[in-house]
Amino acid sequence: MKIPTAIVGSGNIGTDLMYKLLRSPVLQPDALVGIDSESDGLSRARELGVEATHEGVDWLLSRADRFRLVFEATSAKVHARHAALIKDAGLIAIDLTPAAIGPAVVPPVNLEEHLNEPNVNLITCGGQATIPIVAAVTRVCAVPYAEIVSAVASRSAGPGTRQNIDEFTRTTARGLETIGRAGRGKAIIILNPAEPPLIMRNTVYCALPEGFDAEKVVVSIEEMVAEVATYVPGYRLKSPPIIDEGPFNTTGGIAAARVMTLLEVEGAGDYLPPYAGNLDIMTSAAARVGETLARMRLGAEARA
Amino acid sequence: MTRSFRLLDSTLRDGSHAVSHSFTPEQARTVARALDDAGVPVIEIAHGDGLGGSSFNFGFSLHDDRDLMRAAAGEVKNAKLAVVLMPGIGVADDLHEVREIGVTVARIATHCTEADIAEQHIGLARDLGMEAIGFLMMSHMNEPAPLAEQARLMESYGAQCVYVADSAGSMTMPEVRARVVAVREAVSCDIGFHGHHNLSLAVANSLVAIEEGATHIDGCLCGLGAGSGNCPTEILIAVAEKFGLSTGVDLFRIMDAAEEVVRPLMRRAQIVDRSALLLGYAGVTSSYLLHAQRASARFGVDTKDILVELGRRKVVSGQEDMIVDVAVSLAGRAATVT
Repeated sequence: MKIPTAIVGSGNIGTDLMYKLLRSPVLQPDALVGIDSESDGLSRARELGVEATHEGVDWLLSRADRFRLVFEATSAKVHARHAALIKDAGLIAIDLTPAAIGPAVVPPVNLEEHLNEPNVNLITCGGQATIPIVAAVTRVCAVPYAEIVSAVASRSAGPGTRQNIDEFTRTTARGLETIGRAGRGKAIIILNPAEPPLIMRNTVYCALPEGFDAEKVVVSIEEMVAEVATYVPGYRLKSPPIIDEGPFNTTGGIAAARVMTLLEVEGAGDYLPPYAGNLDIMTSAAARVGETLARMRLGAEARA
Repeated sequence: MTRSFRLLDSTLRDGSHAVSHSFTPEQARTVARALDDAGVPVIEIAHGDGLGGSSFNFGFSLHDDRDLMRAAAGEVKNAKLAVVLMPGIGVADDLHEVREIGVTVARIATHCTEADIAEQHIGLARDLGMEAIGFLMMSHMNEPAPLAEQARLMESYGAQCVYVADSAGSMTMPEVRARVVAVREAVSCDIGFHGHHNLSLAVANSLVAIEEGATHIDGCLCGLGAGSGNCPTEILIAVAEKFGLSTGVDLFRIMDAAEEVVRPLMRRAQIVDRSALLLGYAGVTSSYLLHAQRASARFGVDTKDILVELGRRKVVSGQEDMIVDVAVSLAGRAATVT
């Protein structure tokens, strides 16, 4: 038996997630819940045999016993309103909005610490793409300062991101510190309008202390990239990690050296075009979180 | 022509690129004093990439920007202090902090197609009682009509002036004219122009912008700035006098400030060498020049090839990491541990 799940939000993210869950060995996307009967996402759901409703979260709450997991892909404001309702209905929420009501999770880094939470949050696209690399370095040496630059195609940045771009920079920077375990974190986001649109790019800079072991750092990063790629197939290094000798006068103190990791995230092209790796990594990470919760907590067994 | 314009001198902000963000509080004091004494009405001061710019990606500041601002604030009698903030790099908290120090002009800069990421910060600047200026970087990458629409958006968020910024020093006079005219027809707020010198047109372009109604013009002493440099303040003022434009800036004092205060600080001549010319010709943002030269040395590839490839990839301001990416891929080999 697959675990019955619902997706709330029939926009780009919710619809893309639906395609991914349809391939899941452990999760069954039983419903796509929207508020606009004309939305493209809902009509796609109908075509694919997924129950589609435009009656919003009330529809879901009135038949909550049919589901175990809810993915929320609306907006931070909306999820802030839904979170308690979903919890009271006995459902586990996986939150793809920036609401940050539950703890932030990055699958290969800290998901195991939060398997029993009623609500977990996916941080930001930049966070999902870069925190694993910072964590890969901090597991072999101290990182007093970590910095990331995410560049995404303008067309893939929605109005929510645009109206509150500080939310991205702050939330991502905090994730580098709390989950990546860097002493200090800084995040930069760049929107690029080039046509054809550029594939999502991320650069991660980690400050390295005196006496770091370059080989260990590089191997750890390469292993982490391979692990993320198990659930985001288009996640890859553009070159082997580059180590530069300092010293660097970082805002986290003087660093002996740095390692620079150049990443590209190409989407699977399910609903969103492949350039929108920033959206793909969110839906892919959400699917991985859902599957892990389903296996560890709900006793789902993968069908061969 | 009897127009006048308000000069903003950015020696201590855009000029910071040319010294790899190493200005000291003492230098900030000296430059600010000279500018103020010459009657320059607005002095911009910050990391070259604006608030929050101190980073691996853009280069760390030798001294905290806020210490430079405090030093300048203690020195000026009449000039207003300004900063740049690029949403996505700087955040709201940064603006609060510099307001406390005494900065009263906030320039919120976005790529020329992305004005809607500035709404939050322009609104905050107004809420803090600052003069809010929208700044459309790399304006050569947008056609006049859509650029004017972006300017209109910035005005709708509360901007009291919107700049057409030729960040790559890539525009010729007809291109500047078309954009300033389009913006003028779209907005009722003030219009500004920010020029770079990669095609040696910064002064001429500024004059064309003024002819079409721009009333805020940027310069840097000795042209100190990214790429081959900015519109040289002292030349702009000299030419303005010849055109009968009033600025309130004393020509001989500003020439002295350039010659005696800034020229001794310069690490390299602001000339249009081949790389700088390529920036202008290929339309690549001026601040990439020194980063590209460093990547050239590090990975053993030609600066020229890096800049051409960056132009081909249509990179925008802020993508300094792509310089390394390009250099590595041009090197055709994996860069490994040094």
